Amino acid sequence: MGWAIALHGGAGDIPVTMPPERRQPREAALRHCLDIGVDALKSQKHALDVVELVVRELENNPNFNAGKGSVLTNAGTVEMEACIMDGNTKRCGAVSGLTTVINPISLSRLVMEKTPHIYLAFDGAEAFAREQGVETINSSHFITPENIERLKQAKEAKRVQIDYSQPIQKDVEKELPAASGGSQLGTVGCVAVDNQGNLAAATSTGGLVNKMVGRIGDTPIIGSGTYANNLCAVSATGKGEAIIRHTVARDVAAVMEFKGLSLKEASAYVVEECVPRGNVGLIAVSASGEVTMPFNTTGMFRACATEDGYSQIGIWTSVE
Amino acid sequence: MGKWAIAVHGGAGVDPNLPVQRQEAAKQLLTRCLNLGISALRSNCPAIDVVELVVRELETDPLFNSGRGSALTENGTVEMEASIMDGPKRRCGAVSGLTTVKNPISLARLVMEKSPHSYLAFSGAEEFARQQGVELVDNEYFITEENVGMLKLAKEANSILFDYRIPNGGFETCSAGAAATDSPLQMNGLPISLYAPETVGCVVVDQEGRCAAATSTGGLMNKRTGRIGDSPLIGAGTYASNLCGVSCTGEGEAIIRATLARDVAAVMEYKGLCLQEAVDFVIKERLDEGQAGLIAVSKNGEVACGFNANGMFRGCATEDGFMEVGIWP
Repeated sequence: MGWAIALHGGAGDIPVTMPPERRQPREAALRHCLDIGVDALKSQKHALDVVELVVRELENNPNFNAGKGSVLTNAGTVEMEACIMDGNTKRCGAVSGLTTVINPISLSRLVMEKTPHIYLAFDGAEAFAREQGVETINSSHFITPENIERLKQAKEAKRVQIDYSQPIQKDVEKELPAASGGSQLGTVGCVAVDNQGNLAAATSTGGLVNKMVGRIGDTPIIGSGTYANNLCAVSATGKGEAIIRHTVARDVAAVMEFKGLSLKEASAYVVEECVPRGNVGLIAVSASGEVTMPFNTTGMFRACATEDGYSQIGIWTSVE
Repeated sequence: MGKWAIAVHGGAGVDPNLPVQRQEAAKQLLTRCLNLGISALRSNCPAIDVVELVVRELETDPLFNSGRGSALTENGTVEMEASIMDGPKRRCGAVSGLTTVKNPISLARLVMEKSPHSYLAFSGAEEFARQQGVELVDNEYFITEENVGMLKLAKEANSILFDYRIPNGGFETCSAGAAATDSPLQMNGLPISLYAPETVGCVVVDQEGRCAAATSTGGLMNKRTGRIGDSPLIGAGTYASNLCGVSCTGEGEAIIRATLARDVAAVMEYKGLCLQEAVDFVIKERLDEGQAGLIAVSKNGEVACGFNANGMFRGCATEDGFMEVGIWP
């Protein structure tokens, strides 16, 4: 037994040619967030508090697609969503369609703790945020120049590639220009197990560039983008529609529970055998303090650490 | 050629004092829906078409809590949600927060087939409905006199006893009408003053062995605007794979935590249980304090249902000529 933590800033078609000026701030952010999480675990904070704390930090960082820095809908607006789950009690909370809440992950925790419901969305979630007095801000706070440009590019590309009267194209994202380098598919997440063996998972996102207004992805859906029980905690990222269909986060736990696989085996099975290539990455920790971060995309912004001193920060397959 | 099977439900958790005429009306509706599905299966309709057809019928009839007859939000409005899943490729579509779409299940199917996404909600979903030209009606259409009365009872109970920030206390002394029974229903360990389950769903396996599932609901009576339950969540209220199709109903929050529909399929897939064993396992082992029920079919043409609530409106039929409609255990 020992604590372990992993976090991600999204998986996707991250070009290996990404210039240093774009790569370095993201690596620095991953390191910074990892340090915050490790410090919290060392000061005996509960896993649930740790994942919330780390995801808040990732939301506040404009380099990732969550909170400030969220990608834009086809209307040029932000609609953020988030989800949190406590492993031992399986209590959970989720939010979608947020436009003014600075830290969506904290609102999802309030849904979990202060309402009889699990999931609030859109106007109802915003009204709840006001009742609870969480910090809100004008929507423009979340919108970065980079994301305005990204939407412009997506719209130009989409004009050609997507016509709703044509056969379905579920993999729009792949066609989007990757030139701007980085976090089109970004979502952020954190999983942790503390010294007491408490597990928790948290995921937060702005969704897809140029998504339809009202679109809900995998992130806020318990069992898809986020899941925790007494065996493990999982946060997934990638193409939301594929993650929903394959109930990715729950399946890692289900394979452990029903087939008796280890955390690493179960995660590798789901990423390699269940979900088509190019679609998913995930981070997971087990109750016994193992950690794993597999992905079948080009890359995944990720970091992890365990109590016995192991630590890793990476983007592509090779370990930096 | 495999054997077809079908099951329908109109919700788990039944008022023990439900008048006999209403019980009969519910059974008649379930029978009518089963027969509709059976005819479609005999005409070789694919499972995905059959579940949509049957749930449309359930939505259109005001008896259960979906489409017309949906439970009301705290504002007295209707906010409906639904999801559908096609087993063979695990394609799925879901909608939440609909206020004018006559048949939410059909919009869920359009999300699956005509959008790049799996799930659309609130104004974006309504906008998509208009783009797709589905039938729209005024929100008033969905609101029944009976539900207006139920909301009033719920609000009266709330005004005294129900504050979601304060744990349960003294609820037992309340007699807020038919639906507030002797044992107060709770959710997330907190009291729910008036609970209107009666979500509807249908699962089908066709002769080709294709499974599909569909679920539709108005949600909870007196729910907050913006509350999303289990029905639209793939893996929670609805799930289908190449092995089985599952639709759940009951206390949404317990179903979500349990990823109930996916877990039926997961224990079949990863533990090798048969359909009935899988259903019994999840009902017994997966639901914490929550009350819920589910219907399921397997690719082999088996059908099963299970619930830990006091009753569930349900019906099922198989190609062998088995047919059953029931409410109580």
